[in-house]
Amino acid sequence: MAGFFAQLKQGLAKTRQNFVQKVEELLTGHRKIDEELYEELEEALIRSDAGVNTAMALVGRLRKEVKARKLSEAEELRGVLQELMVELLGEEKPTNLAAEGPTIILVVGVNGVGKTTTIGKLANYYRQEGKKVILAAGDTFRAAAIDQLEVWGQRAQTEVIKQREGADPAAVAFDAIQAARSRQADMVIMDTAGRLHNKVNLMEELRKVKRVIEREIPGAPHEVLLVLDATTGQNALQQAKLFQEVAGVTGIVLTKLDGTAKGGVVLGIQGEVKLSVKWIGVGEGMDDLRPFVPRDFAEALFERSEEVET
Amino acid sequence: MFQGLSEKLQETFKRLRGKGKLTEADVSEAMREVRMALLEADVNYKVVKDFVAKVKERAVGQEVLESLSPGQQVVKIVHEELMALMGGQEAKIEIASKPPTIILLVGLQGAGKTTHAAKLAQMLKKQGKHPLMVACDIYRPAAIKQLQVLGEQIKVPVFAQGDRLPVDIATASLQHAASQGLDVVIMDTAGRLHINEELMGELQAIKDTVHPHEILLVVDAMTGQDAVNVAEAFHNQLGLGGVILTKLDGDTRGGAALSVKAVTGCPIKFAGIGEKIDALEAFHPDRMASRILGMGDVLTLIEKAQQAFDEKKAKEMEQKLRKQEFSLDDFLDQMQQLKKMGPLSSILEMIPGMGKQLKDVQINEKDMSHVEAIIRSMTLDERRKPVLIKDSRKKRIAKGSGTSVQEVGRLLKQFEQMQKMMKQFAGAGGPGKGKKGKKPGFRFPFAR
Repeated sequence: MAGFFAQLKQGLAKTRQNFVQKVEELLTGHRKIDEELYEELEEALIRSDAGVNTAMALVGRLRKEVKARKLSEAEELRGVLQELMVELLGEEKPTNLAAEGPTIILVVGVNGVGKTTTIGKLANYYRQEGKKVILAAGDTFRAAAIDQLEVWGQRAQTEVIKQREGADPAAVAFDAIQAARSRQADMVIMDTAGRLHNKVNLMEELRKVKRVIEREIPGAPHEVLLVLDATTGQNALQQAKLFQEVAGVTGIVLTKLDGTAKGGVVLGIQGEVKLSVKWIGVGEGMDDLRPFVPRDFAEALFERSEEVET
Repeated sequence: MFQGLSEKLQETFKRLRGKGKLTEADVSEAMREVRMALLEADVNYKVVKDFVAKVKERAVGQEVLESLSPGQQVVKIVHEELMALMGGQEAKIEIASKPPTIILLVGLQGAGKTTHAAKLAQMLKKQGKHPLMVACDIYRPAAIKQLQVLGEQIKVPVFAQGDRLPVDIATASLQHAASQGLDVVIMDTAGRLHINEELMGELQAIKDTVHPHEILLVVDAMTGQDAVNVAEAFHNQLGLGGVILTKLDGDTRGGAALSVKAVTGCPIKFAGIGEKIDALEAFHPDRMASRILGMGDVLTLIEKAQQAFDEKKAKEMEQKLRKQEFSLDDFLDQMQQLKKMGPLSSILEMIPGMGKQLKDVQINEKDMSHVEAIIRSMTLDERRKPVLIKDSRKKRIAKGSGTSVQEVGRLLKQFEQMQKMMKQFAGAGGPGKGKKGKKPGFRFPFAR
């Protein structure tokens, strides 16, 4: 499988011409390491939504490394910075599967980040691995959310457990677990309604869904995935914090990376909340969900760093 | 994490108190804080750079007004410049002289286009228009169904033709609108990336065919640095007339608003502030400026209070306060008024400085209903003269309201304290005589 980076490059071959690869130019030219260069790197990080604090901390560490390793050429900086970022992002972490019985994956996030689409893609991924997957239509709030999941269910050839619009999502979760047991499914992926993390009552509802799952299957949910839109700025940090508090998030799905946004905020999230990215969404197709590779991501952060030329 | 900029600046300027003019060094230091605050609020890097340069130029050498500290002075300049950048309030839809008025909604995936098509339709309907919603999103599964469900909810017709070419659907919808006598046509389009040439071309084709009077970009308020790229690309391709900023009911600072305004020059016309269909309001640049700077949303609070509080009732209340006749009945009444302003937690968030203090405090709306139940279980006499309430009455009230004797006792005690406080306030003198800026600090029994 082509890496995510290669995929991005290929997908954006045309648009790439519109972007000045500023940092790349910066670092490949024969330049000395100076204050201006550090500032420009910091800027590039901020522009990728890494956040001011994370950007300053990273560049601060970079300075130390440069001193320790006695580097002087700008060209050498890139590799060091990427190393630091990969270190920050941590190892690739595989999805936690149930030792026996169905694996329960709960998918949460704010409105419009791509939860339902992600679930469709996840279902497709695991079905191709030969797993029997059941989807639970837990977004009983948004108009036609259930229909949307059903379309994805058809595409991925998986069964969708649903109730009517307005039903209790915890009841849907319960039904889906019973269905998984009786049909001996390997996995249940549960959709939830998008909710802003500062809405206390909606977050309590999520807590209840999780409680029902825990009660039905000890050790479940095996994964709670927070879907984050790569275009989101610093608010993603708040999202990660609050969803982790309420739903015990175990990993992040970073979506919409096929645009110009780079989702640098996950650097800050990893730093502050210790949550790793597990999957990335790079397009609208069924196969456009890939396991996250920290090194590729670190590289991509410095790509396409400039705005559209006008 | 979100320490207000004004607080930070106060700290920075503590040492500088008493200076008459803002020096270059003072301002530079302050600008560092301003820059950080704006970047943390997700205002685009370049926009911040230009903005800070401009403010700095204006601030250096300025006289510090007597009534302000240097920090406040800088905040004032920053706020003014920010307001200037945000522009005036323009919550109007361009209505065509010859109907139908055609509105095209565009934006990235998940920004909230479909939901806001319905919100706009509902708003226009309330203004006496006859809107039609058109389902041009033929790509996202169930997008058409979503629009239809919303249309049913608000009783606005929806025009859909399955997965025909969006430009054909758009054209056909105009004939439909004309034949049905509908005067506003709102077109929902598929979410797309601004760098997707094919799909951007599709929008261009719709534009060239139906000539919309208003093209609105729907932008998620939580968008980060990329907001400029998105807005610029959509604006260059289509020529936007305005922006709808969505999901402002979250806790994002919303710097994207500034970025989008700065690169397109288009006014932000509306703000989405909730999932309910009537949760759409005019965009207030001044409030947004305060929000981005972390200065609280005082104006919104004041306005909400003005709307919800019945003026006559307020006068009566004032009289009662002055005559010290404030009873539990009045208290109940006041609670009802307060409820009209919306959830208590969202009101408290708007008060500057409260955001931080309230981080761990959950205002329990349930407590409020307990208080209500307790008061309602009292006789009218008891409400007027709470001293009457002794042990056996307390028991009866607790039973009647489904609460405990302790809770009843606590409420009575808090009410007593409140009355004392009011006496002091009333004692300070009538209107005009009271100290300026001193407000009655009601402490509600349900705020822990």
